[in-house]
Amino acid sequence: MVGWQSLGTPNGTEVGGVSAARINAAKDWVERTFSGETILAIERLDFFYSRSQALREVTMDVPKDGVTAIMGPSGCGKSTLLRTLNRMYELVPAARATGTVLFEGENLLKADPVVLRHKIGMVFQRPNPFPKSIFDNVAYGPRVHGVRNRKRLLPIVEDALRRAALWDEVKDRLRESAFSLSGGQQQRLCIARALAVRPQILLMDEPCSALDPKASDRIEQTARELAETLTVIIVTHNLQQAGRVSDHVAVLLAGGELAEFGPTHSVFEEPKDPRVADYLQGRFG
Amino acid sequence: MKTTPTSSKTSRRKTAQCVAFSLLGLGSLFGFFFLAFIVFWIVRQGAPAITWEFLTQAPRRMATEGGIAPMIVGSIYLTLGSLIVALPFALGSAIWLSEYAWKGWWVRAIRIGVNTLAGVPSIVFGLVGLSLFVYTLGFGVSLLSGACTLAMLSLPILIRASEEALRAVPRSFREGSLALGATRWHMIRTVVLPAALPGILTGSVLGMARAIGETAPIMFTATAFMLTQPYPHSLFDKVSTLPYHLYALVQFNPYYNETKPIQYGIVLVLMVVVTLLNLTAIVWHTRARRRKAW
Repeated sequence: MVGWQSLGTPNGTEVGGVSAARINAAKDWVERTFSGETILAIERLDFFYSRSQALREVTMDVPKDGVTAIMGPSGCGKSTLLRTLNRMYELVPAARATGTVLFEGENLLKADPVVLRHKIGMVFQRPNPFPKSIFDNVAYGPRVHGVRNRKRLLPIVEDALRRAALWDEVKDRLRESAFSLSGGQQQRLCIARALAVRPQILLMDEPCSALDPKASDRIEQTARELAETLTVIIVTHNLQQAGRVSDHVAVLLAGGELAEFGPTHSVFEEPKDPRVADYLQGRFG
Repeated sequence: MKTTPTSSKTSRRKTAQCVAFSLLGLGSLFGFFFLAFIVFWIVRQGAPAITWEFLTQAPRRMATEGGIAPMIVGSIYLTLGSLIVALPFALGSAIWLSEYAWKGWWVRAIRIGVNTLAGVPSIVFGLVGLSLFVYTLGFGVSLLSGACTLAMLSLPILIRASEEALRAVPRSFREGSLALGATRWHMIRTVVLPAALPGILTGSVLGMARAIGETAPIMFTATAFMLTQPYPHSLFDKVSTLPYHLYALVQFNPYYNETKPIQYGIVLVLMVVVTLLNLTAIVWHTRARRRKAW
C-alpha cells in the first residue's frame, strides 16, 4: 500500500504531520543561524524569467562575514542569484522568484525591498557613479535615510571612502565630478557609496569585469578587508579571483542548478561533483 | 577583341545610377533653393521696416505707423505662459509613461492619444479653447485662455521630448539609486530628472518655437486687433501677437498696401525669433551632450 505516509516520512516517525527529519533540519538551521554562522539561508529557490527557468531549487547557507563567491559558466544564473538577494531582479518585468531566503528571521522575498536594500548593498559590473560630485555620490545613501546635515554627512563619507581605500586619493577633490576618476577609482567610489549606508551584506556582481588587472587587484584587496566586518558575496567567472578572494564558493551549472557549495579550498581541491571538477579543470586548462 | 556582354550591361546600369542620382540631387537642391528664396525675399522686403522705432513702439493710425512692440511682448507672454501651463502636465505624463507604466493596452492608448493630439489641426484647438477656457471656465478672451490653448497644442511635443530625455538616462543610474534603498520616486527626483533636465529644456524650447508661430489657436481665445491698451496688465487682458497682427493686417486692415513693409517686417522678426529659439535648443543640446560623461 502506497499512502501519503510513505511519501512524506522516509523514516516513519512524525510529529503532528511533520517528519522528524524536517524538524531536525529546522533545529539544525536555527542553531546555525542564531549562533551567528549563517547570515542568509537560501532554501529551494526557483527563479523564472517569464517561462524560462534561471535557477532550480538552489539551497545554500551563506556564512556570516567572509567572502562567498558564486561561480559558474556564463548564463548559469550567477547574477540572477545575486540580484535575488536584494530584489533587484524586480526591475525586469515578468521575473519571478519562489522559495525562501531567510535573512534576520524573515523571508526576504516577501520583505519590503526598499528596507531590505538598506541592509544589503550592491556593487555592479560596470562602475555606475551618478553624475554628481564625489561627495554627493557617497552621501547619496545617507541622504536617502534622511541625514541631510553636511556636518553629520562628512564623517560618514570619510569613513566609507576610507573603507573603500579611496580616501587618500580623493580627499582634496571631494567636490569634483565622479566622472573625473579613473575606472578603478569609480568602482571603489561605488563601493564606498554602498558602504555609506552601513549594510550587513555587500553584493558584488563581477565588480572587476570592466577593469584592468591592477585596478582589479585593488578591488579584490578591498573586498578582503571589508570581509572582516561584513559579509561579501561576489559573483565572478574568474577562477583565480575566486581562489584568491573567497572563503566559500558556490558553483552553479547551466540551467541554474547549484552543483556544489563549500569552503573554497575543499571545492577547488576535491570537488565532489564530477561536473564541477570538469568545469574547474576546463578553466584551468 | 571580345567585348563581354556583361561589361556593356554594367555600363548601362552605371548610367541609370548616374541619372537617378542627378534627379535626386536636383530634388534636394530644389528644396534648398526654395528655402533660400523665402529667406532672401523676406529679408529684402522686411529689412527696411526694421528700425528702433518699429521694435519699441506701439502701432498708430490703423497700424500704418509706429511699431510692433506690443505684439513682440504678447508673443513672449503667450508662449512663456503656455510653457508654464504645459510643462507640469508634460513632465508628469512623461515620467509616468517612462518610469512607472508597464506595457499594456492602457499605456498604448495614452501614447496613441498623445500622438493623435500632435496631428490635430490647430484651429480645432482654437475652438476647443474658446468653449472650454473662454466660456466654460470663464477666463474670457485673455492671455490666460490663450496660454492654456497653446499649452494643449504644445503638450505632445513636450511629452515626447521629455519622455525621450528620461529614457536616455542610463539604466545603471537607476539601479545604483534603487540599490541604495531609494524609493522609485526618490530615484526619479534625485538622479533621473537632473540627468534628463538638459534634454527636457531643449524640448521645451522647441515647443515654444512651435507655439510662437501659431495663429489659429489664439485668434478666438487671446487676441484682438484693436487693443484698448497696448500691453496687458493682468492675465485676463487681451494681447496681440506677431502672427496674429500680420493676419489682421492682411485680412482686415483697409490699408493693405500702406502696411506692406510692416507686414514683411513682422515676418522677418518672427523668423529671427524662431531661428534664435531653435539655435538655442541646438546649442544646449550639443553642450549637454559634450558635458555628460556617460
